[in-house]
Amino acid sequence: MTGRASKTIRVDTLARVEGEGSLYIKLVGERVADVKLKIYEPPRFFEAFLRGRHYSEAPDITSRICGICPIAYQMSAVHAIERALSVQITPAVRLLRRLFFCGEWIESHTLHVYMLHAPDFLGYPDAIAMAKDHRAVVEKALRLKKVGNRIVQLLGGREIHPISAAVGGFYKTPSKQQLCDLAADLEWALEASVETVKWTAGLDFPNFEQDYEFVALRHPDEYPLNEGRLASNRGLDIDTAEYEDHFMELHVKHSNALHSVVRGRGSYFVGPLARFNLNFDKLPESARRAAIDAGLRPPVKNVFRSIVVRAVELVFACIEALRIIREYEPPVASRVEARNRIAVGQAITEAPRGVLYHRYALDEDGMILTAKIVPPTSQNQKRIEDDLREYAAQLVAWPLEEATWKCEQAIRCYDPCISCATHFLKLVVDREKG
Amino acid sequence: MNSDSKHKARIGVFKFASCDGCQLSLLDAEDELLGVAGAVDIAYFPEASRAMLKGPYDIGLVEGSITTHADAQRIQEVRRQCKTLITIGACATAGGIQALRNWKDVDEFIRVVYATPQFISTLKLSTPIAEHVPVDFELRGCPINKYQLLELITATLAGRKPNIPSYSVCIECKRKANVCIAVARGIPCLGPVTQAGCGALCPSYDRGCYGCYGPMETPNTSALASQLRVLGQADSQVARAFRSFNAWAWQFRKASEECERT
Repeated sequence: MTGRASKTIRVDTLARVEGEGSLYIKLVGERVADVKLKIYEPPRFFEAFLRGRHYSEAPDITSRICGICPIAYQMSAVHAIERALSVQITPAVRLLRRLFFCGEWIESHTLHVYMLHAPDFLGYPDAIAMAKDHRAVVEKALRLKKVGNRIVQLLGGREIHPISAAVGGFYKTPSKQQLCDLAADLEWALEASVETVKWTAGLDFPNFEQDYEFVALRHPDEYPLNEGRLASNRGLDIDTAEYEDHFMELHVKHSNALHSVVRGRGSYFVGPLARFNLNFDKLPESARRAAIDAGLRPPVKNVFRSIVVRAVELVFACIEALRIIREYEPPVASRVEARNRIAVGQAITEAPRGVLYHRYALDEDGMILTAKIVPPTSQNQKRIEDDLREYAAQLVAWPLEEATWKCEQAIRCYDPCISCATHFLKLVVDREKG
Repeated sequence: MNSDSKHKARIGVFKFASCDGCQLSLLDAEDELLGVAGAVDIAYFPEASRAMLKGPYDIGLVEGSITTHADAQRIQEVRRQCKTLITIGACATAGGIQALRNWKDVDEFIRVVYATPQFISTLKLSTPIAEHVPVDFELRGCPINKYQLLELITATLAGRKPNIPSYSVCIECKRKANVCIAVARGIPCLGPVTQAGCGALCPSYDRGCYGCYGPMETPNTSALASQLRVLGQADSQVARAFRSFNAWAWQFRKASEECERT
């Protein structure tokens, strides 16, 4: 594997991500000559077949883009359509949607922290193998994940592709008692989440800081989920309707997912780290305290610490869910009716993996004329490549197998959902002597 | 995931064009996951593990539909490696929501989504796994029901027939003592032609069934189409109702095409 000829080493399939892709890194001597995150997940053409469907179908159809974060899709869809049709939702529905999102964050973050990412830090191929030595940890993870799924199940009927979200509200809203029944589980989950912050903070992190443009929603009063302006640490502060003026998608040959860039600047970072850095002041006091005790102060620029930030967001999601349960009073009507009109509406919500943009143009009968969807992973795609370009340079002297695992771990910091963005990564490292 | 076992059944989980939701159902079985992982050897499951062991496998769980030349080849190899091959979910059993392309010009779809169409390689049709290789059992649902999946794995290991009903959602509604939303409130509902398995979820949440478990055994789709028209649905609406997550299942396909002709 040495000499002047180019060197190709294959490691089949990057695992523990949602979707199919491969990674190609070419090293020439000490220099990283090329990095390609190749996404070969087959295209499914959602934006094309949404044309000619009724707007009421959009939350059901778009949820099928992703089995891991269907609620985010449903929420971006309903908010975009409500904006187009000037629908004002009731305060109770607003609360329930935040609670719904908290459920998805708890379920998805727990899955990622414990089952997809932690095994990298502890040197296991997966959570099942990890359970042999850390049974209590994995059992706690499963129980925590289940609490998130219980919320989703109550509000949406089932964990994956829930069925109750609708334009204007929900098909059916829960009773006060049904929400109160979740409280004891959530009290436990809050404690488990604080322990998760401590546990993840004790992991080993590579020294790897980058100068990122973090992009997330920002809301005047709350940690963002469904609403807010889109902001960044480099001065971006826009209404969600202006998204396409400031961001563009590039179609690159090696990927079935489009690459997003900030116009005039390049790659950017969405997801828990971006939200945390831009909205630290909006976290509840005890979540802030948990973060500070874990050594996190914004701006956190080490992507490997995303695992701790996800745990902090677990704390937030539990506190927020408990608050909503206390405040909720069932609405008179589960949803408000929308009136058809020719209009365009956009929305951004905070999926577990970062901002998710939807735009719909509707005709006078409520049929979708055009749709545009920009998932978080396609926004992070270029940023992941940029990270790997820097990070692989630090690994040039490492044995290939370890370097490969480290690169996979770096990719998993973003919790990429390739099914969303268009699935496994196959790592190919090409080494040439410089 | 478990390389020290010698006599346990080896399971492989394979993905084609899909949303990952059906394989996630396995990880969503929080109370059963460690039990299952102890009883079988999950040898290949890339969404959950970077230890990807080679076949052959006793049971192959296949998620997703076939939409590319490469996947049409890959499913042949997956079939050769699996003693029992089970397809899970609407994509694998009926082509999925992405089968909506089957009535359209896929080249136009590519142009709608991608700036440089020549970079994209895809087939004209999204097709279920059984159109490519023999399948031992098809588990329905978008997504599948995790308890049905556990029952199916258990039955397969025990060598018995799985207890997975092929009757309609209506039976589940009656068992739950739901008042019929179609009869009592005039809400269009696909329950009478859709296979049970979800627990009559949508009618229990005050909305009509939208058919995500696909056609039941011998569904009377034309009778239902007539009834939907009585409830005020236009032909185009009835066609759309049949044409969603199981659009390419032949019974629903026939029903939607009949509506388009009238």
